[in-house]
Amino acid sequence: MSVTPLLEARGIDKRFGPVQVLKDVDFAVTPGEVTALVGDNGAGKSTLVKCISGIYPIDAGEFHFDGQPVTIHGPRDAAALGIEVVYQDLALCDNLDIVQNMFLGREKRSGLVLDEPTMEQMAAETLAGLSVRTVKSLRQHVASLSGGQRQTVAIAKAVLWNSKVVILDEPTAALGVAQTAQVLELVRRLADRGLSVVLISHNMNDVFAVSDRIAALYLGQMVAQVKTTDVTHAQVVELITAGRSGDLGLPAEKIDNGVEYADTLTPPGAEQ
Amino acid sequence: MTSTAHHLEPVAVAPKPTVGSHVRDYLGRVRGGDLGSLPAVLGLIVLCVFFAVMRPVFFSAGNFANLFTQGAAVIIIAMGLIFVLLLGEIDLSAGFASGVCAAVLAQLMAEQGAPWYVAVFAAIATGVVIGLVLGFLVAKVGIPSFVVTLAGFLAFQGTVLLLIKGGTNVSIRDDVILAIANNNLAPVLGWVLAVLGVAGYAVVTLLSRRRRAARGLVTEPLAVAVGRIAALAVILGIAVFVLNQERSRNVVVVSLKGVPIVVPIIAALLIIWTFVLRRTAYGRHIYAVGGNREAARRAGINVDRIRISVFVICSGMAAMGGIVAASRANSVDANTGGSNVLLYAVGAAVIGGTSLFGGKGRVLDALLGGAVIAVIDNGMGLMGLSSGQKFVFTGVVLLLAAGVDALSRRRAAATGTR
Repeated sequence: MSVTPLLEARGIDKRFGPVQVLKDVDFAVTPGEVTALVGDNGAGKSTLVKCISGIYPIDAGEFHFDGQPVTIHGPRDAAALGIEVVYQDLALCDNLDIVQNMFLGREKRSGLVLDEPTMEQMAAETLAGLSVRTVKSLRQHVASLSGGQRQTVAIAKAVLWNSKVVILDEPTAALGVAQTAQVLELVRRLADRGLSVVLISHNMNDVFAVSDRIAALYLGQMVAQVKTTDVTHAQVVELITAGRSGDLGLPAEKIDNGVEYADTLTPPGAEQ
Repeated sequence: MTSTAHHLEPVAVAPKPTVGSHVRDYLGRVRGGDLGSLPAVLGLIVLCVFFAVMRPVFFSAGNFANLFTQGAAVIIIAMGLIFVLLLGEIDLSAGFASGVCAAVLAQLMAEQGAPWYVAVFAAIATGVVIGLVLGFLVAKVGIPSFVVTLAGFLAFQGTVLLLIKGGTNVSIRDDVILAIANNNLAPVLGWVLAVLGVAGYAVVTLLSRRRRAARGLVTEPLAVAVGRIAALAVILGIAVFVLNQERSRNVVVVSLKGVPIVVPIIAALLIIWTFVLRRTAYGRHIYAVGGNREAARRAGINVDRIRISVFVICSGMAAMGGIVAASRANSVDANTGGSNVLLYAVGAAVIGGTSLFGGKGRVLDALLGGAVIAVIDNGMGLMGLSSGQKFVFTGVVLLLAAGVDALSRRRAAATGTR
């Protein structure tokens, strides 16, 4: 950990009524790196992202941004810090074109009137900066784009605002092989430009293809945050499904399901 | 870390559009299900030719002027309805809301002796309040707009009756109000307004084209821009020329020529609302909420405020439609804004190309669709058909338009252009 984390969450607790969804979660992202956030369904990945982006208030814990403690009370606070989320269902309007979608809710205007030339130019520059060359015209409706192109627009929209942290929720879930490669390439490029990228994914191939660091959630607890190069495919799967793998993950006594048995059982022949 | 070797190619620059590529793009869009106003324009031409052949008087200057005054109220109400339709909502109460506002106007002038501007202000304010209530019930309480406005449809019908004290007929004597639908502009003024309109359009078109070119953005070919300006000039020129002809049967008794005053009113409303929809952030947000409400919410748009505001615009425009209707009838009675007004207005919007599913539509649609409705109503009247036959035929046309909307939407979904 040579680089200081850009965004750091410490001891995050979140409960919905009686259900504790996040328990004392620590999570850090560093600039220029892709951090993969993995975990089984219901492990709390989406909840953690929604806490970071200000959609859910947290019950306990604190956020540090650039080393400074910050409070995030709503999506606007997160956006002001430079945190952008690209949701799984993309949140694009089919009946608007690429430029209109990228600036939705934050339109540039001169006086009362929309400043279309400026917006189109900025959108073109952003897409060019991401080396996107798959769209024909910036003025085509989003409905006419392929899944990969739509994902690209959604990501470009997040990057447009000089954002520092971009969180991608399952960006390749609905894509074919070629488009997945395109999007992963784009994800890598974001990190190479110095952004912190958080990639939520179920797909281990994607995770190992682009991520620098892997954070594994298990039943609302952060069980490990490790360098991708230090772990194997099988270890990550174990972290996701069992909460620990070898000396990685939760100490045995903190795991509250059947798994800890394996460790507390006296090894056969120990008494002799 | 498979940082895929990425070659930094420049963004593929789209080839400079030519007139040919422009036409090809348009044809491609039409084939893809994005018909726009094509059905309305084609329908208008077919209907006009048909009626002109059946009843030559259809093409007289007098009848041309009649078309505007007959269609004005419906067109104005339809303009407001388009805002509601853009969100995929409906306002069934717009017709009787216009009736209520007209009744407020008439009673204020007849009973209180209020001057016309106070009465007009009160009528429009009534419309705004109606819209606020409807919008609140839809957006904040969460009752489907169909039900809220159906209730409004009934309640406002009753309100009109209460306001005009049963079945009486409140006549309007104020000259200014009567002038709206009954008087004409001086012929010279008609020409001045037409020239101003074309010049304004030309300036806006060419300036925005130059601004884009200065930034190196793709611009439409100059020929297309000039063509559109010329088309507007020809249409306005012919319209003003025809309307400036003498329409009076007996010139000695009264001279009847010039553009009806409602025409510049409609034109002004068309320009204002088109500007709001196309050039302001508010208009952009209306399209966004109509296209994907969740996306709009996540983009930080106050969805509830947008939803309430469109009902306010709709009812406010209904009030203006009601004033025009009252002016044309010289009175307000229990049927003002009733019978077929609402269905004609919804029909006008849909025939013009506004989608009932939300997210697609222009204010101009109200004018095009309203023209189709007015032509049908007027032409069938000239042919001496009964009201029954007129209603059946108009109903069929509305169904046809909604069918075109639904089918083109399906085709667009299949080809991915919408």
